[in-house]
Amino acid sequence: MKSYIVQLAAARLLPVTLILSLLVFYRGHNEPGGGFIGGLMAAAGFIFYAMAFDTQEAEKKLRVSPLMLIVAGLSFAFISTLPSLFAGNPFFTGEWISLIIPLLGKLKLGTPLLFDFGVYLTVWGVIVTIIFNVMEE
Amino acid sequence: MILPALPILIPLITIIFLLFNFQRREWQPWIGLTGALLQLALAIFLAVQVKTQGILVLHTGNWEAPFGITLVIDAFSSIMLVLAGIIAVSVSIYSIDAIDRQRQSFFFFPMVQGLMMGVNGAFVTGDIFNLYVWFEVMLTASFVLITLGGEKKQLNGAIKYVSINLVASLFFLAGIGLLYGKTGTLNMADLALKLSLADNNVLMNTSAVLFFVAFSIKAAVFPFFFWLPASYHTPPVAITALFAGLLTKVGVYSMIRFYTLFFVQDKLFWHPLFLWIGGLTMVIGVLTAASQYDIRKILSFHIISQIGYMIMGLGIFTVAGIAGAIFFMAHNIIAKTNTFLVAGLINRVTGSYDLKQIGGLYKIRPWLSILFIIPAFGLAGIPPLSGFFGKLILISAGFNAGEYVISFVALAVGLFTLFSMVKIWNEAFWKPRPEGVPPYEGENENLPVSMVIPVVFLGLITLTMGFAVKPILEIAMNAAGQLLDPKIYIQAVLGS
Repeated sequence: MKSYIVQLAAARLLPVTLILSLLVFYRGHNEPGGGFIGGLMAAAGFIFYAMAFDTQEAEKKLRVSPLMLIVAGLSFAFISTLPSLFAGNPFFTGEWISLIIPLLGKLKLGTPLLFDFGVYLTVWGVIVTIIFNVMEE
Repeated sequence: MILPALPILIPLITIIFLLFNFQRREWQPWIGLTGALLQLALAIFLAVQVKTQGILVLHTGNWEAPFGITLVIDAFSSIMLVLAGIIAVSVSIYSIDAIDRQRQSFFFFPMVQGLMMGVNGAFVTGDIFNLYVWFEVMLTASFVLITLGGEKKQLNGAIKYVSINLVASLFFLAGIGLLYGKTGTLNMADLALKLSLADNNVLMNTSAVLFFVAFSIKAAVFPFFFWLPASYHTPPVAITALFAGLLTKVGVYSMIRFYTLFFVQDKLFWHPLFLWIGGLTMVIGVLTAASQYDIRKILSFHIISQIGYMIMGLGIFTVAGIAGAIFFMAHNIIAKTNTFLVAGLINRVTGSYDLKQIGGLYKIRPWLSILFIIPAFGLAGIPPLSGFFGKLILISAGFNAGEYVISFVALAVGLFTLFSMVKIWNEAFWKPRPEGVPPYEGENENLPVSMVIPVVFLGLITLTMGFAVKPILEIAMNAAGQLLDPKIYIQAVLGS
C-alpha cells in the first residue's frame, strides 16, 4: 500500500507527533501524561511513517538505531539516581532545581523528570523495535 | 546509603554496557561475566555487613517505611544473594562456549542479567507489590530465554511455561489487592505489625491462600508442578541450569518470607498443610523421575522432589527446621545447577541426553564421571557431601518436633533419589556403549575449559559445604532465628 496522500500526511505529522509527545511527557509530573505515554506517542509517529513508506525508510528517518534509544533511556534512568547520592540523601530521592527563564517563567527541573525522560526513550525504543520487527515479518 | 540497592543496580548497569556494545559480539560474554563477578563480590560483602551490623534497610526516595518502597537485606536475603551470585558467575562462564553464536547475538547475555536483576530484586525488597514487580522482571527475562532460538520443542515447552506462570502472577496480584484492601499497606514489616495486632485474622485467609497458590506454582510444588518437567528440558542446558538453580527457589524464598513474617496466625492450619504438601511433592517428584530416560527430565523431576524438603522445613517451623530448609536450599541451588551443567558436558561428548543412547563414558572420560559424582551423590545425600547434612538437619529437626511421618517419608525419598542418580551413573558411565550407536562426535575432542571451570567450581562448593557444615549451619541458624522472630525485622524497618 503506497498512497501519496498517506505518505504526505505521515511526513508532515511526524514532527508534530514528536513535539506533542514531548509536551505530554513534560506535563506528566503533575497532570496526566508522562514518559510512558510520551514514548508511545513518539513511537506512534514513526510507526505511521513506516506504514506509509516502509520500515527501512522509517529507520533512516530515526537516524539512531532503536537499540541505542533503549540504551540511552536506561542510562538516563540510572543517571537520575546519582544526584541523590551526592546530596547525601537516601538512594533515589528526588532532587529539584528551579530555573527562572525570561518570558517563559519558572522551569522546575529535577531527577524525577530525568528518570521519566529515560522511560520516554526506553518505551520509544522498545515499541519501535517490536513493531518494526513485526512489520518486517 | 546505597548498599541495599546495588544488587539491583549492578545487573542494570551491566545491561546498559551489554546493549551499548551490542555490535561487539566477542565482548558480550566478558561484560556479562564481569557483571556477575561484581554481583558475587557485592553479595559476599553484603553478607559480612549484615553479619556485623544487623539488618540493612534503605527507604528509597526518602519515603519513610510504610509509604515508600523499602529495600531490606536480612541474613536470609543475604544468603540468597550470595547463592544467586554464585549461579550467575557459573552460568556466565559456562555460556561462553555452551551457547551458540546465534543465541548469543540475540540478547542472551542481557537477558541473563535481566533475570539476575529480577531475582536479586525479589531477594532484597521489603514490599509485596515491589516483590510482584521483580517476579515479573524475572519472568519476562525467563520467557525470552526459554524461547530463545525458536526451536519447535522450545516453543512447545514455552507455551506451558508462560501460560501457567501468568496465571500464577494473576493469583499473586489478586492476593496483593485483597490484602491491601483489608490492611491498607504493602510494606512487609507494616503488614506483619498490623496482622499481629488485628483480631479478625480470618479475613486474611483468602489472601494467604492466593499467595500460597501463586508461590506454589512458581516453586513447582505439588499439585502445581506439571509445567516444570514439561518445559525445563527444552532450552539449551545453560539456560535450564540457571532456571533450575534460581527460579523455583525464588518461589520458595517468598513462601518462607511470607509464612514466617506475617501469615503466622493460623499455625494449626498452615503447618500441617505444608508438611502434607512437602511430603507429596517429594514422593511424586522422585517417583516420576524414576521412569524417565532423558537426563534433563530426570533432573527436572528431581527439582520438584527437592523443593518438597524445603517446604517440609517450613512446615516443621522450628529454628532447626527453617535452618535446615535454608541449608538445603543452598545445597540444592549449587548441586542442582551443577548436575545440569554436567549433563551439558555429557551432551557435548555424546551429542545426546537420552540414556539409552549413551554408555561407556567412564572408559573414555574418567574425569567427567568424577565431576558428575560430586553433585549427583550430593543430591542423593551421600556423606560427606552437602546433601547428606541438609537432609540430616531437616530429618532430625522433624524427629525433634515430633513429626515422625514426614521424617520417615524424607528418609525414604532420599533412597529413591539415590536410585535415580545411580541410574544415570549406571546408564551413562558404567554400562558399555549400546550396540548400534555410532561413535560419538565429540569423543576425541577436548571439552572447552570454560565449560569445565564452573562445574569444578560448583563441585568444590558442594564439597566445602560437606566438610565445613558447622560454620555454614551456624549462618543458616542465625538466619532462621531472625526469621522466626519477626520483631527484629519489623523494628529494623519501622524503627522502635
